[in-house]
Amino acid sequence: MNALVPLPVLLPLCATGLSLTFGTRMQRFQRFISVAVLTAVLALSIILMIAADRQGPLSVHLGDFAPPLGITLVADRLSGLMLTVSSAVTLCVLIYSLGQGMTDRDKETPLAVFHPAYLILVAGVSCTFLAGDLVNLFVSFEIMLVASFVLLTLGGTGPRMRAGSTYVIISLFSSMVFLIAIAMTYAALGTVNFAQLAERLPGLPLGVQTLIQAMLITVFAIKAAVFPVAAWLPDSYPTAPAPVTAVFAGLLTKVGVYCMMRTETLLFPGNRIGDLLMAVALASMLIGILGAVAQTDLKRLLSFTLISHIGFMVFGIGLATREAYGGAIVYVVHHITVQTTLFLVAGLIERRGGTTELTRLGGLAKAAPILALLFFVPAMNLAGIPPLSGFIGKLGLMRAGVADGSTWAWILVAGSVVTSLLTLYVTAKVWNLAFWRAAPPGQAEAGTVLESGDDSDDDTDEGPDGVPGTGDEGIEPVHRPAGQAVAATLHGRAVTTTSRLPRPMMAATAATIALALSFTVFAGPLTAFTDRSAVELLKRTPYIEEVLGK
Amino acid sequence: MTVSASLLVTAVVLCAVGAILMLTRPLTRILLGAVILSNGVNLLILASTGTAGAAPLLYGVDLRRVTDPLPQAIALTAIVITLGTTAFLLAMAYRSHQITGTDEVHDDLEDRRIVLRAEVLSERAQLREEFRSGSEPTADERERYREERRRLRDRLRADRARQARGRDASGDLWNDVIGADPEDYERDGDAKADDRYPRDERGAAG
Repeated sequence: MNALVPLPVLLPLCATGLSLTFGTRMQRFQRFISVAVLTAVLALSIILMIAADRQGPLSVHLGDFAPPLGITLVADRLSGLMLTVSSAVTLCVLIYSLGQGMTDRDKETPLAVFHPAYLILVAGVSCTFLAGDLVNLFVSFEIMLVASFVLLTLGGTGPRMRAGSTYVIISLFSSMVFLIAIAMTYAALGTVNFAQLAERLPGLPLGVQTLIQAMLITVFAIKAAVFPVAAWLPDSYPTAPAPVTAVFAGLLTKVGVYCMMRTETLLFPGNRIGDLLMAVALASMLIGILGAVAQTDLKRLLSFTLISHIGFMVFGIGLATREAYGGAIVYVVHHITVQTTLFLVAGLIERRGGTTELTRLGGLAKAAPILALLFFVPAMNLAGIPPLSGFIGKLGLMRAGVADGSTWAWILVAGSVVTSLLTLYVTAKVWNLAFWRAAPPGQAEAGTVLESGDDSDDDTDEGPDGVPGTGDEGIEPVHRPAGQAVAATLHGRAVTTTSRLPRPMMAATAATIALALSFTVFAGPLTAFTDRSAVELLKRTPYIEEVLGK
Repeated sequence: MTVSASLLVTAVVLCAVGAILMLTRPLTRILLGAVILSNGVNLLILASTGTAGAAPLLYGVDLRRVTDPLPQAIALTAIVITLGTTAFLLAMAYRSHQITGTDEVHDDLEDRRIVLRAEVLSERAQLREEFRSGSEPTADERERYREERRRLRDRLRADRARQARGRDASGDLWNDVIGADPEDYERDGDAKADDRYPRDERGAAG
């Protein structure tokens, strides 16, 4: 079973090679490879998660070099769960992007680069979840980052270059800080392996320990976009193509949160900086959501809610009790899914309305009722309306806070409530502006201009604001390519809209919503699993013993 | 473990220089900063080896006296990764130069828009209050009011012109920022500039 551990990294990397070799000529083959490999990764992740749950952590020393020399990959319950959720989400986003036809049709997002870069991104994310030492963690961050640079600046248009430069510089800087932390750790302890570090760190003077901890936390906080170092996120995410933003928002920040969880429990037990973490968590929550209130662009608004909700997870890490970790893990899983969904829906709205600027949108509830439903469910989920998964996550965290009973915990519980209410306000604002009010004249005009040109047979009688998803959406086996979208200009800006949204895009979005709903349906098994993960994290011995072979 | 002080001092100086360069605006300088910073960090990693020993070869050297090879492996990895990132940054600086004529990193436009909007809205409200607080306004006062409003609008337009190169222009920033203003249609002269927009036509009719 241990031999399966490296596969979630290896498979996408091999597929990247194939994809680059054949991709330019055989696009159908390229798509097939991507979908097949991501499906395989999903299956593998589920197997790893179940195996790790039954037998305890699985580890592999690559090339059979024992620590500290070799690279160690470890899959425990937490990594298994993160792998499973991330591969499910990446698969959905891939299908969405196929529906959008971004790989070959859209001039702004050209050619065969998307698939290889996407696969490398998946490999990087998987590698981060499996990494068993600091250097391998660094390398997997870099794999992930380089792929994300390419995806973020696809097409090299002006706004994307601007957004990309912020992101690249910030990432470069955090990588350097990470390297310094690695150098210090190695100089102090002579190893970078997590399990060995966990054994040797308590022998260090307290000051050195705190220094290493502070540097690592800074690096992961930049990745996770926690408040004082979060300013890069709303600048860089919204300009990318919708599927790219969706997968970044869902996964890349959670990678930072995962690393915080891993290092805080395994390397630095005892929670010495819990109060500090709770303070930044509170700041992230409130400042993030107030930023969201001020925005009028849907994608930027969602980016700010992302920062805000990272605060919930950091709150759990700061409390550091078993219940808190359980709640935080549920919240991570919930948030990966729901944030991805919301960005996918933002892409659909852009497709339908030509823009994500809320002041220009309107009347979508009538014009596109299915789209409205696709937005409504994850939006309520984000705000934490019971019985959706956001409620379960928040409930777990708040109960942990109340059980802890310290002043900071109570303040954070109050902060969570305020943030949830403001999140509800923000989502209601989006709903009212984009869906509920009457369409502003500018938008109706755009619909007329941008109506699909060559919908010959079944679409002629449908007006510009024809309701997709009523009669003619019925059974149509043929995949509708995105070439039927008409590029036109809306308020002087080139946009691509269709009155009928491509079915794969809708289906992929619906699948992520279904995933989020399944967290509600299987809330019992899920919380039991996260509880076991939290126990395993805090106990530390299973992980250390597995890696060091005791 | 003993660490060479000269190695440490060099590393620190390189890191400081690199960090300062990274704080500047042009991408080429940031690129140089990144390269220098990464060199400094790589020296730090090498410094973690401690005292220099023999080359870490399998045969022909006393294995107890060799240098620790692991930091060198780490540094090599870091060098390769920095190379890749540097290449990407170079391409980005070039592309940015192609598009905007400069390789400077720009402010976030949306942030500026929101700040500007708040400023202009509050100034306008203040102006309106001043104008309305007195008794019946004279023609002179009305002219001054109109003049002020025009100045505010020009400020937004000027800002938009500055930004137009860096973003895909999305129509009239005046309408982008605060939406159409019904007061503009009470007077013939002011409506002219905005009547391209359907929303404004409705406003003018009503």
